Amino acid sequence: MKEPMKARVYVSFKSTVLDPQGQTIHAALASLGHSSIAAVRQGKFFELTLTPGVDRAAATAEIEQIAQDVLANPVIEDYRVEIIED
Amino acid sequence: MKFGVVVFPGSNCDHDALYSVSQNLGEQAGFIWHDSTELGLVDAVVLPGGFSYGDYLRCGAIAKFSPVMAAVKKFAAGGGLVLGICNGFQILVECGLLPGALIRNRDLKFICKPVELVTATANSPFTNRALEGQKLTFPIAHGEGCYVADQRTLDQLEAEDRVAFRYVNNPNGSARDIAGILSRERNVLGLMPHPERAADPLMGSVDGLVVFRSMVAAFACAG
Repeated sequence: MKEPMKARVYVSFKSTVLDPQGQTIHAALASLGHSSIAAVRQGKFFELTLTPGVDRAAATAEIEQIAQDVLANPVIEDYRVEIIED
Repeated sequence: MKFGVVVFPGSNCDHDALYSVSQNLGEQAGFIWHDSTELGLVDAVVLPGGFSYGDYLRCGAIAKFSPVMAAVKKFAAGGGLVLGICNGFQILVECGLLPGALIRNRDLKFICKPVELVTATANSPFTNRALEGQKLTFPIAHGEGCYVADQRTLDQLEAEDRVAFRYVNNPNGSARDIAGILSRERNVLGLMPHPERAADPLMGSVDGLVVFRSMVAAFACAG
């Protein structure tokens, strides 16, 4: 049986917004000896499962809207949407 | 004057706000449930502190879609006084009634302590009973109180005299030491410190009463 279509939404702070959590993780990595890591930025990841039979183009537009209005705060965050269908 | 205090699931300073205006000030006050689509007959709205909807997603992000918020937006657009304290401030920036955003404190810690503020403008319905430059001590209690906005917005806030309060010793990394800001029409104030927790002599300070007294004075003046 075909897997339901899913959307993945990645939300992260804009490059201009300070990310103290990412900085703290970076400092922890540095203290563990991971000198090859130059910086860490923390973000959020959402997986949305679509109702079977939903049209891909319509779903893409709707999820863009959801990301813009709900999942991300465009004042401080950027987002990226991926649609997964297998 | 009648104050309406909005109650979201997870609000926890709603009773403090109601007590301040009713017991400490002697004004009328009532609660407004987040599910209601009307505010009823109120002259001012308070969005209280707390953790509305568990602060899930982002602080204030779910609360902004509450039915009551459409009514609050309409009330603000008509010139009604709206005071957002702590989580209330986070809701006001999320729903766009105030610019910018509030993110995790610079040092990642939840900070709960009295802080000294300076009144940055007396020209507002929330600060008209204070003097510009007057120092006030209000408690803060937040993990996400670092105010951020782009340079243009920050410049505009300052040019339009819309910074109401600044921190004397910035506790959370807020841009330009901002603790509270006004809307363009000056009828909406959002601030992270808690005036309602400094409104009864038993609490050690009554500095916060100046905010509520200013609102009463502004309302009397307008009425």
